[in-house]
Amino acid sequence: MYVAVKGGERAIDNAHQWLAEERRGDPAVPELTIPQIREQMALAVNRVMAEGSLYDPDLAALAIKQARGDLIEAVFLIRAYRTTLPRLAGSRPVDTGAMAVDRRISATFKDLPGGQVLGPTFDYTHRLLDFALMAEGEAPVARELPPEAPAARVPHVTSFLNRDGLIETATPSDATPPDLTREPMELPADRALRLQALTRGDEGFVLSLAYSTQRGYGRTHAFVGELRIGTVAVEVEIPELGFAVEIGEIELTECETVNQFKGSRTEPPQFTRGYGLVMGQSERKAIAMSLVDRSLRWQELGEDFTGAPAQDEEFVLMHCDNIQATGFLEHIKLPHYVDFQAELELVRRLRAEAAAMREAAE
Amino acid sequence: MTMLERMAVTDQPLLRVEGLTKRYGPRIGCADVSFDLYPGEVLGIVGESGSGKSTLLSCLAGHQRPDLGRISYDGRDVLAMSETDRRRLSRTDWAYVHQNPRDGLRMGVSAGGNVGERLMAVGARHYGEIRGKATDWLGRVEIAADRIDDRPSAFSGGMQQRLQIARNLVTSPRLVFMDEPTGGLDVSVQARLLDLLRGLVRDLGLSVIIVTHDLAVVRLLAHRLMVMKSGRVVEQGLTDQVLDDPQHAYTQLLVSSVLQV
Amino acid sequence: MTEHIEAGAYTFAYLDEQTKRMIRRAILKGIAVPGYQVPFASREMPMPYGWGTGGVQVTAACLVPEDRLKVIDQGADDTTNAVSIRRFFQRTAGVATTEATTEATVIQTRHRIPETPLKAGQILVYQVPIPEPLRFLEPRETETRKMHELEEYGLMHVKLYEDIARHGQIATSYAYPVKVEGRYVMDPSPIPRFDNPKLSGNPAIQLFGAGREQRIYALPPWTEVVSLDFDDHPFQTSKAPHDCDLCGAQDSYLDEVITDDQGGRMFVCSDTDFCEGRRAKGHAGRLGGDQKSSKTFANSFEGIWPGTEGAR
Repeated sequence: MYVAVKGGERAIDNAHQWLAEERRGDPAVPELTIPQIREQMALAVNRVMAEGSLYDPDLAALAIKQARGDLIEAVFLIRAYRTTLPRLAGSRPVDTGAMAVDRRISATFKDLPGGQVLGPTFDYTHRLLDFALMAEGEAPVARELPPEAPAARVPHVTSFLNRDGLIETATPSDATPPDLTREPMELPADRALRLQALTRGDEGFVLSLAYSTQRGYGRTHAFVGELRIGTVAVEVEIPELGFAVEIGEIELTECETVNQFKGSRTEPPQFTRGYGLVMGQSERKAIAMSLVDRSLRWQELGEDFTGAPAQDEEFVLMHCDNIQATGFLEHIKLPHYVDFQAELELVRRLRAEAAAMREAAE
Repeated sequence: MTMLERMAVTDQPLLRVEGLTKRYGPRIGCADVSFDLYPGEVLGIVGESGSGKSTLLSCLAGHQRPDLGRISYDGRDVLAMSETDRRRLSRTDWAYVHQNPRDGLRMGVSAGGNVGERLMAVGARHYGEIRGKATDWLGRVEIAADRIDDRPSAFSGGMQQRLQIARNLVTSPRLVFMDEPTGGLDVSVQARLLDLLRGLVRDLGLSVIIVTHDLAVVRLLAHRLMVMKSGRVVEQGLTDQVLDDPQHAYTQLLVSSVLQV
Repeated sequence: MTEHIEAGAYTFAYLDEQTKRMIRRAILKGIAVPGYQVPFASREMPMPYGWGTGGVQVTAACLVPEDRLKVIDQGADDTTNAVSIRRFFQRTAGVATTEATTEATVIQTRHRIPETPLKAGQILVYQVPIPEPLRFLEPRETETRKMHELEEYGLMHVKLYEDIARHGQIATSYAYPVKVEGRYVMDPSPIPRFDNPKLSGNPAIQLFGAGREQRIYALPPWTEVVSLDFDDHPFQTSKAPHDCDLCGAQDSYLDEVITDDQGGRMFVCSDTDFCEGRRAKGHAGRLGGDQKSSKTFANSFEGIWPGTEGAR
């Protein structure tokens, strides 16, 4: 067997070694541990889990460490790992109504059953660098309030509106949603597939699209009906047992928007819905997702296509995945000697012919 | 085949429309429209904006699917056709002239390429011949041959519209849909375009359905006229008859408001 | 992160058997309908999209332990990405590898078809970035699929018409569109049009994998592949008007290498195996006298590989 050991191979090995050294940084500085990243970089971990489509904080933390903090690279590591995992079962739909909420706010009602719970949010912090964090110090402790009688269920705001017919009814369905990691994406996509693509889509891309709808490119007049963050149980049906067992719990962020109403002389006006659901505490992403979801529903709701990017399903779905995007973008640094040579030869020939024609004309 | 020959071969209508209805939710686009169009005939559809004439045209041309009714072209049920057949029809036997030439042209492609596209779509593979035909057609719509490699974006509105017409007629279609072809043009430019259209329609023996709000256009071009209001046909007949002796109160209003100018 | 993959940690050729079956089904469908782009559920691979994930998945689905694999990028066996992909399969499949076109049973390629004619029984796997030949005329996938379905290919010729109108000739130098068995218009991947004639009537199986775009298509042996053109402007191949400076070949596709900052340049075969083979048989070009191999020579100008100085 002839094994090709050539310069390219050695170069790659050397590059990897150098990379490993750079990743570690100054060895005089203590190495980051996975629990440190998991606990202290939790929002980065959440983003990597959401876009990597794998709920595993330890692996996400490992990926962040290995990727030197490049979150898209970390997402890529998680995705490549995830794709090798066997599918043991599909869970039952999670019940966000039974979520143990850490945060739950509504922008549409001042107070409501279940209450407004601010939770751990940056919202009203003043964005001043806290130099105290540069020194190592005591772990801050949050004030604990005596627990109120915990509500078994925190009802959704949209369910109050729905009871009065004020918002479109979201028809429940037991259909198994499509899985875009197992089936090639086919367009037009249904809403389930769109939501699936958006929830693992790039946060920056989804955010910008959502922002564009607010500025008038596919405007939907969104109110945050409700934003909730908390943990839900994941249950799996065991066929042999005939019932579902809880296999663990995951943290989710859910956003439901209440959007511009539609109606006509025969159909009384109703508000419409946008939906966002993202793994971990990722509220920017969840809100953005619900706006983009709503924009993409123009056809189903009988609205006009105004040419806004956020309305364009093919544009959104084909470009929201940052692993696809970054791979294709960066591949242009690979050698293109052959294609470039073909172009070079053509341009030289065309120029020569043009020069010959000019000469002949003179 | 000249128009007279075509008409002589058959006394069957080229297009037969029965009970065509299109709704947008509870709103009526057009309702219960029926008519026959014979070979070589030009049918004008007039009405104010919102009267349903554009909806009707887009249903006829296959851009929208009507809710009810039948359309048969040359004896074939258009609505029952596969999309393949319908698209083939619309790039061979049919043509569609948009109000805004930008909708009917490829603005990034040269005038010659625009005219040649339909030829290539039906299999033309000789560059010289395609270019020859394109040159010929540019001449017929009064565009100088040396503009053949220019893009439509360098053309005036009137030239763009003439180019769109050439692009549509190059494959000798039998049925042409026109949506306000003179809309958005200056009056003098309109007159020249109308003159050109009239000549082409006569020489080629085209069957045409032309939608317009401009009664002067239909008086010049159309043999027959349909007047629409609120999605329904309120009056139809020979153009001169309808315009000179309108029966329906709405037509009377339409005619008086325009002709007194 | 290929260095972390140890044989045994993953299944043969990395992909699980179910995935390989899914890909094989897509390949078979592609072979049954030559030139048709078959959607497949492309997996995330441990290398980035756009770097040959489609080709890698197709190769993984085709490999058997007895295979002898060759991987080339730009015609060369030791460009970095070719090395990386070959190493991936050495680690995950443990198959034998080779640089000799004639000895390989499976050849994965990016941007070239080897100069040495292929034989029956060989499989050539192309890495494809954008499988849709109509994509830059019509960006919507929903629309281009319809155009294929209805054989609406007029627009493709409009592009060629525009080339001739503007440049006097068809100005597409690579990824030159072809029609397969009189039916589907196909993108042959970004090979130079010099390679287009080799697509047609080829005794080998040619498979095309586009990972990010989730498409596989194929040319079974002896398929008729016609490069699009006009009757009066027939398709022509083209290459730099030189002979190889190392092996003297007159009919091979050439890389241009800049040798100084005074406009000095040399032309060498892009197919390194072909060039080596000729030199081994005693052929020599203008600069072929010194005993450098084409690879060594080309590498010495790249300067992009740290740590290679003194390696040879």
